[in-house]
Amino acid sequence: MTALTLAEKILAAHAGLEAVVPGQIVVCAVDVAIAQDGTGPLAIQQIEELGVATVKAPTCVFFIDHAAPAPRSELANAQQTIRAFCASSGATLSDVEMGVCHQRVAESYAKPGDLVIGADSHTCTAGALGAFATGMGSTDIAVGMAGGQTWLRVPETFRVAVAGELRDGVEAKDLILTLIGRLGAAGATYKALEFGGPGIDALPMPGRFTLCNMAVEAGAKAGLMPSDETTRAYLAGEGREEAWRPLAADPGAAYERLVQLDAGAIVPTVAKPHTVDNTAPAAELKGTRVDQVLIGTCTNGRLADLRAAARLLRGRRRAAHTRLIITPASQAVARAAAAEGLLDVFWDAGAVVTNPGCGACVGIHEGILADGEVCLSTANRNFHGRMGNPEASIYLGSPATAAATAVAGEITDPRELL
Amino acid sequence: MSRELLRGKAWLFGDDISTDHIAPGRLFHLRTNLPELAKHVLEDARPEVAARLAPGDLIVGGRNFGLGSSREHAPRIIKLAGAGAVLAQSFARIFFRNAINIGLPALQCDTSGIGEQDELEVDLIAGEVRDLSTGAVIPFVPLPPVMVTILSDGGLVAHVKKHGGFALPQG
Repeated sequence: MTALTLAEKILAAHAGLEAVVPGQIVVCAVDVAIAQDGTGPLAIQQIEELGVATVKAPTCVFFIDHAAPAPRSELANAQQTIRAFCASSGATLSDVEMGVCHQRVAESYAKPGDLVIGADSHTCTAGALGAFATGMGSTDIAVGMAGGQTWLRVPETFRVAVAGELRDGVEAKDLILTLIGRLGAAGATYKALEFGGPGIDALPMPGRFTLCNMAVEAGAKAGLMPSDETTRAYLAGEGREEAWRPLAADPGAAYERLVQLDAGAIVPTVAKPHTVDNTAPAAELKGTRVDQVLIGTCTNGRLADLRAAARLLRGRRRAAHTRLIITPASQAVARAAAAEGLLDVFWDAGAVVTNPGCGACVGIHEGILADGEVCLSTANRNFHGRMGNPEASIYLGSPATAAATAVAGEITDPRELL
Repeated sequence: MSRELLRGKAWLFGDDISTDHIAPGRLFHLRTNLPELAKHVLEDARPEVAARLAPGDLIVGGRNFGLGSSREHAPRIIKLAGAGAVLAQSFARIFFRNAINIGLPALQCDTSGIGEQDELEVDLIAGEVRDLSTGAVIPFVPLPPVMVTILSDGGLVAHVKKHGGFALPQG
């Protein structure tokens, strides 16, 4: 039998084949297909163009998370289109109060071994559950929802072998920024990034989601993790233990490239404007004045992230010139954070706590920057204009780095405050 | 393919042109009004281009064109604004797939010698770009057979409707 990588194994199973090889074009059955309020209306238009009234893929979900609740009438109208389609087509609706699609997919929909396609580039987040999850455009998602199938070119796989364990104050975000800094923003274009090794075995699920979330920032088609006992415990915590199954690459699988990282050597890392691969240690950017800090998003808006931020914010206050915006990734995260008293810590520290959603990260509402302003965000992108103003600059860092930066008013290595 | 010979002026862009440059998030409310959004195409990279782009003109990028979001609106408004094709040293994966799906040729070639406003002719059959201003002939990387099929059928939705599902060549 051919030894397969995780990506090859999942795609072969969905194409009804025993094995596939990189470069092969396969037509695969889709398990989960999603869209959000930015890409959903166009997907619906294309489904209608196909003449299809009822969706066929087993799980089809539309998330209203990018502009939630709607800040403008045009968006309110687009959201009504989504609600009406879900009511008539058999697709599921995740409305404005529920949170960011990728967090919701992790909590409620994706399973190990699944093929997940989404009209959002960070759909790759679900790869942390041992799924093949990839972002596509509205038309691909329309075809996937309507017919239950999609076509894929089987990607070559890079094996990212992580040794050691992250040190205190250093987070998965620092690891992935370090990796992207090394690979480059197009360094893994079309490839699957398969994470493994003792550093991954020891990494809790929130960190695994952060790593897979940003696979696309190196150009990758998917990021994948093995499904192990950590995966099982996560799914059990979400009330979905029956969805778990173990999954790993075959020993002897062929990788195009091996990338080795020592988690123990990673330091708090920041991506500077305006590309994600423009990285530097946070300590080297001390003195960079920051006007706004955003903690949240599909990259770092999970409970573990809010805990990491609260650890540094407890009993402290944001700098007078630095606004602090905290956006839990989902209602479930917000609820748990409230129960633990984390929201009080944030309010006491001078933070704004917003509705779960994508708003500020994508420059729609809830934290748009002024001309010349600098933001440090826990998001995954710092592109020119990303947060709603092409005259502003964005740095990316971990929740701990973000919290330390909010307190100091300038980019700060969080270990200074531990 | 619908048109085999494209001809127009080159509009030059640098490396890493993101979908935020092409279709900014601050114009999110125009996503359901593509003709209006198209008036802002590539605004955050070169604000003057949208108003001056003539039908058939060519968007010429550097490396990793179209990185970032999956928003298909990006290639759609490039096409709607009148561009005949996008030429770049390389493309981000989702943008490339989206462009072909909606019938916009995205062609990978060495764009380094192309000058701003050069008159270009793109021959989709011969697989080359002819820079009529300099006389240079630039081959482009042939599209994979699967992409040629989708583009020839007029995009992915047209392909699926024509064949009642996927009818794609292997390899």
